[in-house]
Amino acid sequence: MAAGATYEPIATASGTGSSTTITFASIPQTYTDLVIIAANIDIQIDDMGARLNQDSGSNYSRTRIVGDSSGANSYRNSNLSKVYFGYKDNTAGTQTYGILNLMNYSNSTTYKTGIARYVTHSSGYGIMAEVYLWRSTAAITRIDIDSGNANFSTNCKFTLYGIAAA
Amino acid sequence: MPILGTVASQFSSKPFNSFESIATYTVGGGGAANIEFTSIPSTFKHLQIRGIGNVPAGATSLTVQFNSDTTNANYFYHELYGSGSGAAVALAKSGGQPLYLQYWGGLPSTSNIYGAGIIDILDYTDTNKYKTVRSLGGYDANGSGYIMFDSGLWMDTSAITSIKLAPSPNSFAQYSSFALYGIKGV
Repeated sequence: MAAGATYEPIATASGTGSSTTITFASIPQTYTDLVIIAANIDIQIDDMGARLNQDSGSNYSRTRIVGDSSGANSYRNSNLSKVYFGYKDNTAGTQTYGILNLMNYSNSTTYKTGIARYVTHSSGYGIMAEVYLWRSTAAITRIDIDSGNANFSTNCKFTLYGIAAA
Repeated sequence: MPILGTVASQFSSKPFNSFESIATYTVGGGGAANIEFTSIPSTFKHLQIRGIGNVPAGATSLTVQFNSDTTNANYFYHELYGSGSGAAVALAKSGGQPLYLQYWGGLPSTSNIYGAGIIDILDYTDTNKYKTVRSLGGYDANGSGYIMFDSGLWMDTSAITSIKLAPSPNSFAQYSSFALYGIKGV
């Protein structure tokens, strides 16, 4: 019944110290879901996020829960310009980690939705989970991750995985 | 794969083989009252269900049922959810509810907007303990939405061989799609 191994690494990328953007382009359409893991984000970010197919319009939104020093709260942001999956990181020696799940990314029928989780250990910040929406039916072929602030350092690691359903 | 402005490389080999696709269901034009994975092989350590769903008309929660067990008293859950404003809310099953893991109430029924969910079913073949589930999902509709983090319990020691997903009430809309994966262990 099982159709074989999946959850395959497609590509990996590191920061260069001279760019605020990481790009995964020409993404194969042979998977069902994509997962991006962002690790060791040790720079000053300001709502790190992903633009899909170079769409910088106000076509993104999210509903989220946040746990931080002020308790557990929920927020909504409409008409955003990217999918957020990183928090602020203000404290030297701390890192942000983020996981972005892009569900059914290659279909051309539904708006694209997915789930993100991220964490930072900076004072005053904490953990977050969100459901996002990109109001486009286009298959996702390119993802640009932007720090929202400083250049990604060489410590910043990004891995793109593909998960294929049977 | 070209990567712009970064140090990057495409993987030339596929080093991982512990996550396998088992089965997928995508709902056709007539909708579907439920989706059921049957004859689940016992050769994995954990299971994961990943999917998107839209349910036309009205408030709807996603119910999960194992091995065709319809006795609601055998299921329990706790949930932390957010509705987009105010404090996050924690709750537990009340009354005779089934196992609810997602809530898609208020999702626009005629749009292209779908909810998303990832459900992990842990140690599903272990006949020495009750089965535990965790789930993260919800939907956003650019002005409305929910996000939910759930734990679930099926108070039965049987190995799980079938899983039924069903909206309650209503049915899955066309293009709703759920995939079952197996995760190997040692």
